[in-house]
Amino acid sequence: MEYIRAFITGGIICVIAQILMDKTKLMPARVLVIYVVAGTLLTGLGLYDYVVDFGGAGATVPLIGFGYALGNGVMEEVAESGFLGILTGGMKATAGGITAAILFGYLAAIIFDPKAEI
Amino acid sequence: MAYHDNETLKKEYGKLVKQKSPKVTLLKNCLWAFFVGGGICTIGQLLNNGYKALDFSKQEATTLTSVTLIFLGALLTGLDIYDSLGKRAGAGSIVPISGFANSIVAPAIEYKKEGYVFGVGAKIFNIAGPVIIYGMLASIIVGIGYYFFGQ
Amino acid sequence: MEKFIGSQTIQFECPPHILGASSIVGPKEGEGLLKDYFDLILEDALWGEETWEKAESKILKETIHLAIKNAGIAIDDVRYVFSGDLLNQLIASSFAIRSLNKPFFGLFGACSTMGESLILAAMTVEGGFAKYCVASTSSHYCSAEKQFRYPLEFGNQRPPTATWTVTGSGAVVVGNHGQGPVITHVTPGRIIDLGVKDPMNMGAAMAPAAADTIVTHLKDTNRKPSDYDMIATGDLGSVGKELALELVKKQGYDIEQVYTDCGVEIYESDKQDTHAGGSGCGCSAVTLTGYLLKSMKAKRYNRILFIPTGALLSTTSANEGESIPGIAHGVVLENIE
Repeated sequence: MEYIRAFITGGIICVIAQILMDKTKLMPARVLVIYVVAGTLLTGLGLYDYVVDFGGAGATVPLIGFGYALGNGVMEEVAESGFLGILTGGMKATAGGITAAILFGYLAAIIFDPKAEI
Repeated sequence: MAYHDNETLKKEYGKLVKQKSPKVTLLKNCLWAFFVGGGICTIGQLLNNGYKALDFSKQEATTLTSVTLIFLGALLTGLDIYDSLGKRAGAGSIVPISGFANSIVAPAIEYKKEGYVFGVGAKIFNIAGPVIIYGMLASIIVGIGYYFFGQ
Repeated sequence: MEKFIGSQTIQFECPPHILGASSIVGPKEGEGLLKDYFDLILEDALWGEETWEKAESKILKETIHLAIKNAGIAIDDVRYVFSGDLLNQLIASSFAIRSLNKPFFGLFGACSTMGESLILAAMTVEGGFAKYCVASTSSHYCSAEKQFRYPLEFGNQRPPTATWTVTGSGAVVVGNHGQGPVITHVTPGRIIDLGVKDPMNMGAAMAPAAADTIVTHLKDTNRKPSDYDMIATGDLGSVGKELALELVKKQGYDIEQVYTDCGVEIYESDKQDTHAGGSGCGCSAVTLTGYLLKSMKAKRYNRILFIPTGALLSTTSANEGESIPGIAHGVVLENIE
């Protein structure tokens, strides 16, 4: 059941992005920006928790979940270390993902060459 | 008078273009996005449960899941598979965190020929940069809100 | 004697000849509808080079050499080279022509460059400023994608109005005497912009320019569409082709019987997943030097109006919200006895 909920939640989040891309001519990068910002703000308002409770990875794996991590991270950090947490919380909570992306991106650049599309 | 100053003509032409341009196959695109996006999230759930079973904390399991999906996205990008998937799946493969990895790995590979500093280093966040910038800015807003009103 | 007629057209007194032509294309074009017409089909889009840009330069350079050989002259006989491409600062052309050791005019007409270079080469030859000139252009799917859109490995989706940049190059040797079809008229085009902003629908952006040049040409020369065996626009693709047809019809000319578009001719759209068709400088160039000129040689067509079309945008202008200006240059090719 958990898996079905993750599947449906993730699927619906992707479909909304697809509709945004197809209907409004929004470029992928813009949709991703909208998702991250929306995820962060919804988390700040305490609304995204409901989606995560229902969908699990279906809510955290899409990029909107990256916003969820940012939002939660900054709030936890503010609760713990006060004002300075505003600046450190977001980056701290997402450090693993961003650093991993840089590492794997760099390694991929060393290993692979661009291939022509045919 | 040059054509581009003629607003009526431009409006008329805009209508004609709309009429003659084939529409995107929205339903098909959405089905692809739903199943691929849902599928990637299900794999994420599987990984998450797996890491939890290995006695990682909830927080650690979430991070490890992201890192694993980022690794898979990077690998499939390098193997020239992720972009073929993206052609069909659209948002279904762009929106999950593996797509975030794709958007970082793709320019890194492409610009390698322009050097490791000005190519890979400078261009690696070509597409994903705005996501991080706006994500961080949004987190600052949430942080300020939480500091003053939340606690 | 004056050689200009109507508002934009030039009528040559001693029409210059196309002495030789050549086409080299990438693997995808080599599987398309015109595969039997190209001089060389590459198995690998890199052609042994390190980068897409170097590969494009090599394709262009070899195409020019081949055209000179096909014309039966030596490189030393060529006086000027007119060439251009899509890459910033025309690097494909500059680096290709660097080794030719010939005076070079670098042209930017986006995908209309084959028309622009042909017109200038023909005028130079007919004006008595040179005996032989080369007109050429190139484009490469991978270098164009990298510059204008996304890195190749990025998993983005292409809308049905998008076109596929042709990997290939076409070159023509224009001379003042000899064998081969002649260029009787040319109609350099105006910049026409009807406000299309979607870079994924270039056919729509360029169609008004194509229509304008076709109508102006017919008016200037007092000709009817049926005076031509074929009217071939550059790279409008299936969407732009329909639009151009409609726009020309609105101005009182029905060209449907003789009209085609190089972007529609070059690929097998359904099978090759090219959506609206081919585009890029190479699209009209290889269709001309492959299909059109070889068909003329076989006398299947004897008088063609060739109209390469270009979209004069850059990533900067697109980001800044500008619309896409279009341009189209007309060249009349004719078999003479």
